[in-house]
Amino acid sequence: MTASAQYLPLAVESGTGGILLWVALPYVSLAVFVLGHMWRYRYDKFGWTTRSSQLYERRLLRIGSPLFHFGILFVLLGHIGGLLIPASWTDAVGISEHTYHVLAVVVGTIAGVCTVGGLAILIYRRRTVGPVFSATTRNDKAMYLSLAVTIGLGLAATVAANIVGGGYNYRETISPWFRSVFYLRPDADLMTGIPVLFQLHAVSALLLFAAWPFTRLVHMLTAPLGYLTRPYIVYRSRDTQLGSRAPHRGWERIR
Amino acid sequence: MRVMAQMAMVMNLDKCIGCHTCSVTCKQAWTNRTGVEYVWFNNVETRPGQGYPRRYEDQERWRGGWELNKKGRLALKAGGRFKKLITIFANPVLPSLDDYYEPWTYDYETLTNAPLQDHTPVARPKSLISGKDMKISWSANWDDDLGGSAEHGEKDVLLNEVSEKIKLEFEQTFMFYLPRICEHCLNPSCAASCPSGAIYKREEDGIVLVDQDRCRGWRMCVTGCPYKKVYFNHRTGKAEKCTFCFPRIEVGLPTVCSETCVGRLRYIGLVLYDADKVLEAASTPDDTGLYEAQRQVFLDPNDPEVVAAAERADIPRDWIEAAQRSPIHALINTYKVALPLHPEYRTMPMVWYIPPLSPVVDAVRDTGQDAEDHRNLFAAVDALRIPVDYLAQLFTAGDPAPVDAVLRRLAAMRAYMRDINLGREPDASIPEAVGMGEEQMYDMYRLLALAKYDERYVIPTAHAEQAHQLEELATECSLDYEGGPGMGGSGPFGEASGGAAPIAVENYLALRDRQLSDTPATPADKGTRVNLLNWDGKGSPPGLFPPGDGDRPGSPDSGGEVEPKP
Repeated sequence: MTASAQYLPLAVESGTGGILLWVALPYVSLAVFVLGHMWRYRYDKFGWTTRSSQLYERRLLRIGSPLFHFGILFVLLGHIGGLLIPASWTDAVGISEHTYHVLAVVVGTIAGVCTVGGLAILIYRRRTVGPVFSATTRNDKAMYLSLAVTIGLGLAATVAANIVGGGYNYRETISPWFRSVFYLRPDADLMTGIPVLFQLHAVSALLLFAAWPFTRLVHMLTAPLGYLTRPYIVYRSRDTQLGSRAPHRGWERIR
Repeated sequence: MRVMAQMAMVMNLDKCIGCHTCSVTCKQAWTNRTGVEYVWFNNVETRPGQGYPRRYEDQERWRGGWELNKKGRLALKAGGRFKKLITIFANPVLPSLDDYYEPWTYDYETLTNAPLQDHTPVARPKSLISGKDMKISWSANWDDDLGGSAEHGEKDVLLNEVSEKIKLEFEQTFMFYLPRICEHCLNPSCAASCPSGAIYKREEDGIVLVDQDRCRGWRMCVTGCPYKKVYFNHRTGKAEKCTFCFPRIEVGLPTVCSETCVGRLRYIGLVLYDADKVLEAASTPDDTGLYEAQRQVFLDPNDPEVVAAAERADIPRDWIEAAQRSPIHALINTYKVALPLHPEYRTMPMVWYIPPLSPVVDAVRDTGQDAEDHRNLFAAVDALRIPVDYLAQLFTAGDPAPVDAVLRRLAAMRAYMRDINLGREPDASIPEAVGMGEEQMYDMYRLLALAKYDERYVIPTAHAEQAHQLEELATECSLDYEGGPGMGGSGPFGEASGGAAPIAVENYLALRDRQLSDTPATPADKGTRVNLLNWDGKGSPPGLFPPGDGDRPGSPDSGGEVEPKP
């Protein structure tokens, strides 16, 4: 996951490397993401949890966790706005390129700082609070690393582009490429000339998505939005299956 | 009218000796795993005392249960759906491990591994959370028997509600034990708090369960339950709670805590209730009206209209009959001696308690008066405001009248039965004084004092046994002959081969037969297959011990062989 740097020379030129990175990898990643979640949901529902460590430590979590989660939710919204919505649409509703850019940079910076700050607190907590650290698996460590690298690269790319480079309009390159993947007409050429940090961010994100179903990050997919609409008390009938194994064909219970 | 059946429990606190057998057997059955070391589905608290977790009754702090909002509508005290989702990333009022206790083990290895030395090696306490040495400073029953009450006594939440004067006299006055399990409420706030919808109430018997496959560890249920009877497993990241031992209940056996209760103080049975009236009852404006409101939700199983409605609601015939014989219905509605625990939480709890009369009796006896005389006892119930006020805080949201009435009824029973036991003419005026007939009083005495296993536990089965027999018929193993590999739990390819054994309904039924039989061991007409798990120490059933050398069956030197022969 962290070996993304070795792909870098290939990424610059469009060709086999470009095709692998910007055509093959997205589809592999997407396939693993979708099928992995399906597999995990079928075979490991019991392991599908937030694995909260609030019982061990409360003070740092109370600050770090909301900071990170709300930050990353806004980052997610920003990515949806930046990657999925074409520039022509925002133009059509009268948002100029400049307005969009200022909005994206301001909101993005706030959300980014919250996310990174929250993540820093959470990682610090995970390392220094004994019980939390001893409840951390190798899987968790790998996940934290790839998540931190992805977020770090993303923030670095934005900062570098806006402060050092005076802005980079990803809506002409990265966004069309991202959408082209979903149109099933992936255009690797769009990605070849873009700044290296953006390339690295994209690759690390794709690798993170591929690892996603096998980490604790799965809890995101079961965000309990249904709670807003369901009745308070859930009634369920006793399992139709009695005993520790399924009844054999022809011996099922008659209700 | 929408009739539903609810499996419920009543505990007679006068009989609790605080031995913690229920807690220990429950722990062995359900929570002797990593991640739930601190979890006690059943615990026994000394009252007055802080309870477990500490001061859990302080709902201003823990925000458990329901409250009426400004419009008079029922709302979760910890906040509604939107607030729950906003605070989902860090639950603001989750008790920390300090509020329970840090679980520990002892470094027993040192005792055997330590090199020869002048001092005896000691087994140091090791934290099960951090793995480091720790100083034990609190546990689930640290203030057992008022231990340390000089230091902790005033931390009892209910004592703060009772007035200052009472506080000082309190310790000398009385103490009793309060065993607690999940209340399996009619209006469970834990289920309402669960964002994932993983906590559900079973339609058939009302048992509240956590679906371990749907729980995502959002921890809102821990806050939502005012009794703090939902616990977070810190290893699996899932909530766990008392299951009312549903696998046992389904085959007609009482819960483990009831089965092993030394004082035989627990009663289990069905209650029929009108599900349409629950919300209205839980929204009763006045806290002190909740006890009566909840009683009104229960239906009379002998009422033909109720029976007809129950049949329409697909409640099996034997369940209705069980509801008619239910000791719970009798104690709550016929004799009116059982009270709910903290009805003011508005969850409509379904584990009720008969408040203890013994503190009053003790107080009268200490004065040198006749503690069995109903006039003395009645006067004492009226005069001893302390126990009554405290019990009212516990059972009736502070209204002393129902507690008063229950204690007078118990006192009357005591006095009335003494006359009978001493061969004197029974005094009909005693039951009359508490609004009961002589026969009714005797029946109540029978239920409270004499009731045997099958009267205390009236549990209709889930008709599981039949389905299971069918299943076993279809899947019977050809090696299951006497002495064959199938009998010892081993398949043809050795230990544990051939798949998992089905749920042991057969064992449950055998145990039940033995509990209900009058002969101490191996009744000829009952199932006798016994293993070490369900052996109750009565006799030595065949097959349990390896065959001895003829004259001395079961002698120690008959060989240590316990494995079944292939």
